[in-house]
Amino acid sequence: MFDKKELEQIKKEKEEWMKEYYDPLIAKHPERKKRFENLSNTEIKQLYTPEDIAHLDFFKDIGFPGNHPFLRGVHATMHRGRLWTMRQFAGFGSAEETNQRYKYLLDHGETGLSVAFDYPTLYGYDTDHPMSRGEFGKCGVAISSLKDMEILFDGIPIDKITTSMTINGPAPIVWAFYIANAENRGISKDAIGGTIQNDILKEYIAQKSYIFPPEPSMRLIVDTFEYGSKYVPRWNTISISGYHIREAGSTAVQELAFTVGDGIEYVKWAMERGLNIDDFAPRLSFFFNAHNDFFEEIAKYRAARRIWAKELKKLGAKKPRSMLMRFHTQTAGCSLTAQQPEINIVRVTIQALAAILGGTQSLHTNSMDEALALPSEKAVRIALRTQQIIAEESGVTDTIDPLGGSYYVEWLTNEMEEQTYRYWDRVEKLGGVLSAIEKGFYQREIAAAAYKYQKEIDTNKRIIVGVNDYKTEETVDIPILKMDEKGEERQIKRLNKLKKDRNNQKVQRNLDVLRKIAEGNGNMMPAILDCVHSYATLGETCQVLRDVFGEYEEPAIY
Amino acid sequence: MNEIVQKVLKGDQRSIARLITLAENNDDIATKAMRDIHPHTGHAQVIGITGVMGSGKSTLICELTRLYRKQGKTVGIIAIDPTSPFSGGALLGDRVRMMELAMDEGVFIRSMGTRGMLGGLTSAVYDVVEILDACGKDVVIVETVGVGQAEVDIIKIADTTLVVVIPGLGDSIQTLKAGVMEIADIYVVNKADRSGVEQTIAEVESLVDITCSGKDRKTPVLPTIAKQSKGIDVLLQGIDDHRTYLEKTHIFEKQRRLRYEAELVEIIRKQLMSFIFDESTVKERIDDLLDQIERKEIDPYSAAEEILGKILK
Amino acid sequence: MVERKIRVLVAKPGLDGHDRGAKIVARALRDAGMEVIYTGLHQTADMIVEAAIQEDVDVVGLSLLSGAHMTLFVDVAKLLKKKGLGEVLIIGGGIIPEEDVPKLQKEGISAVFGPGTPTEKIVEYIEQNVKR
Repeated sequence: MFDKKELEQIKKEKEEWMKEYYDPLIAKHPERKKRFENLSNTEIKQLYTPEDIAHLDFFKDIGFPGNHPFLRGVHATMHRGRLWTMRQFAGFGSAEETNQRYKYLLDHGETGLSVAFDYPTLYGYDTDHPMSRGEFGKCGVAISSLKDMEILFDGIPIDKITTSMTINGPAPIVWAFYIANAENRGISKDAIGGTIQNDILKEYIAQKSYIFPPEPSMRLIVDTFEYGSKYVPRWNTISISGYHIREAGSTAVQELAFTVGDGIEYVKWAMERGLNIDDFAPRLSFFFNAHNDFFEEIAKYRAARRIWAKELKKLGAKKPRSMLMRFHTQTAGCSLTAQQPEINIVRVTIQALAAILGGTQSLHTNSMDEALALPSEKAVRIALRTQQIIAEESGVTDTIDPLGGSYYVEWLTNEMEEQTYRYWDRVEKLGGVLSAIEKGFYQREIAAAAYKYQKEIDTNKRIIVGVNDYKTEETVDIPILKMDEKGEERQIKRLNKLKKDRNNQKVQRNLDVLRKIAEGNGNMMPAILDCVHSYATLGETCQVLRDVFGEYEEPAIY
Repeated sequence: MNEIVQKVLKGDQRSIARLITLAENNDDIATKAMRDIHPHTGHAQVIGITGVMGSGKSTLICELTRLYRKQGKTVGIIAIDPTSPFSGGALLGDRVRMMELAMDEGVFIRSMGTRGMLGGLTSAVYDVVEILDACGKDVVIVETVGVGQAEVDIIKIADTTLVVVIPGLGDSIQTLKAGVMEIADIYVVNKADRSGVEQTIAEVESLVDITCSGKDRKTPVLPTIAKQSKGIDVLLQGIDDHRTYLEKTHIFEKQRRLRYEAELVEIIRKQLMSFIFDESTVKERIDDLLDQIERKEIDPYSAAEEILGKILK
Repeated sequence: MVERKIRVLVAKPGLDGHDRGAKIVARALRDAGMEVIYTGLHQTADMIVEAAIQEDVDVVGLSLLSGAHMTLFVDVAKLLKKKGLGEVLIIGGGIIPEEDVPKLQKEGISAVFGPGTPTEKIVEYIEQNVKR
């Protein structure tokens, strides 16, 4: 990318600079650390110059936004044309409480909805299931039936706003709740837009809210790809996630390598079923973490786009829209501290800035109190304002990919791409993604990285402000979100009433049809929709699938 | 007979667990209790399982146990994992792989660290086998660390030793030849749905041909897919057949006698070590002798002779 | 030669699947010379207590980030007591608001270690408070 003679001159002068200025200064005043390493343990030099990116070809490797390989952004105008969607993940207690929170967020300027479900819902259990004891509404909203979904979105224009739902094991059923609710409101399937997370591979690897074993899970996922591309074209039927992998303790490189690797696995499965890559690939989306190391995160997003574009081309994609990687980002939950919680606002700001400079399409900023509880109204308002200030006051969105061309960032982007391919080699040698999961490869890598990180904190090799340095003796004085104690009771009453009021014969018939199809090999979505329309509960529908497919047990890896 | 022994013989879980701990800790209470435990042993069938990490031993044990339970038998499982030579601690990770057996009253699972003992077992394992035997377990399964050539002590304690391999181990079977591979009464080729299984079975069978030539029993090589519960009934039959063979040829009694010998040696060793390193006068003398050895005033053999002389007096 | 090791059961009650912390604590305790049994995910109180009995542990460590601790930790503590394991040291960790800690302590959970706790602190606490 640079003139050869110039490069030689730069090299020479850098050596002189080291000799004359840098080394003598270090001899007198050593640098703060012997070795500077980022969170992926990549060594970071004191200075990057054109030498470090000389081998890059501007046209092949960097290019223009909206063009392959999409390094600088997936759209030609990026945030100048349209800001990222401000989409705050929210949910707690019963549908009524969460509905209120959604209205609050929309009032305060959020531009997309994101649903957090409680643990029983994530596992496909109704509120009255024995395993649900004590868990109702604690970390998300409880949705046991279509009725709950109706209440959740009551008074919210789902034809005008998109909704992302963080649901994996029972994703097709919950998606069916959403579709059915829209249809009941007169909104057709092709008019609704949103995302279901529906990424089972990372459940096995990190988040652990799986239900069924890999094969039937993949079948369900491809069913949603197929159904979505035909009937719900504005819907992203998967959000291939790295967020949770990172939260479980992985490094940024691992997050990148494992996530994009998962994505390719999904593409292969869908193609194996005979789907045309250009029919479903445009609706694949991604979800990344925004952690502390500012430049590493930006390089990560850029590398992800370029790798995805290259790989999808290799797999035969023809439409540009199939090869461009759209992603949602959430700032790192695991970086929040319970100590001096207000300073989390600062962390989130830096992380959000990285995501925006990295070209995210959608963003959730954490609230300062989330190391203690679910966000209070005030805390989530500040989180939203953080995005709005960056958007309106900082000027960073006035141009596209402002860090493009930075010697450091381009070098780091390249470096992360190379390390990704190295990880993929290792996975190949283990027999591919599913085999590597079974062998515990990902889980071991993540556990080792998590332990290393903790040891660095324990030994003060890595400083976390307020935790192992800059501590205060003050007690935490933040009002924490309180939930309605009567919520669980109300929910159970509602479930019982629902089961009385509905046509139970119709429900049973529909469940039987679903069972037959599950035992065969047809697409299960239409049958699931029928069940859902007749007010079969989440638990009842899921149980049919549990009966047919069995449950997954993980190979416990430390 | 003391209280804890009575409770153990009645099958009280807490007491069984407590006595195991005391035996592991080399506690005097255990030493005394084991005297009363021993007459009640001899009923349980002891199965040893060894094999490299990742060969699916825990899943296999789970499946075998389920079959035994169907037969109405009760099972005790001793799962041994390596103790870190640096910290002395251990991550005992086998129980979590046998979650299916949780809440079955007829199954008792105990996780143990090797606590410095080489050979793949822990020095208390003889006691624990006897405790589980005496409290009424029909089958006692011992799962060992089993990786290399040193982890062969399992044969001292088990009536039937299973060595588990998986396809794709490749050269590892070659390196496993000396030592671990020779101790098998039954070879299990688990994960038999993986590619390379025919080759692995062939390799093990040719090994069997060599080691069993001239002997009256050919070690069976049995394929299993533990995760899918396949081949387990044949394996169980193989274990039963081996037991019948042992009894018919009276090798059973010979093996049991060897086990008691190993147990006796281990107890003597422990008590000897205990005496040497706990008894303060002896320990002091050892420290002095070490100083002398360092200064080359005396050699280790002569030093040992002096200590042993003191003891034998 | 009496060789005592502190035996710890690290357990994840309920549906919470966040095991990063539990695994880190397990490793840290191992590095401190303890024998650690990790129960894995989705444990009921019955399963945790059965494991505690058979493994004759000195400590039961409960990890929970889903907010269900007032129900699930208390279930475990009550059942341990009922089965005669009142001597076992019970500690907890995860996302547990300060104001819930005294209530948990009343039910028998001796200490709660929230986010940011150095692993050393947990090791020390166990070594100083284990009852046997």
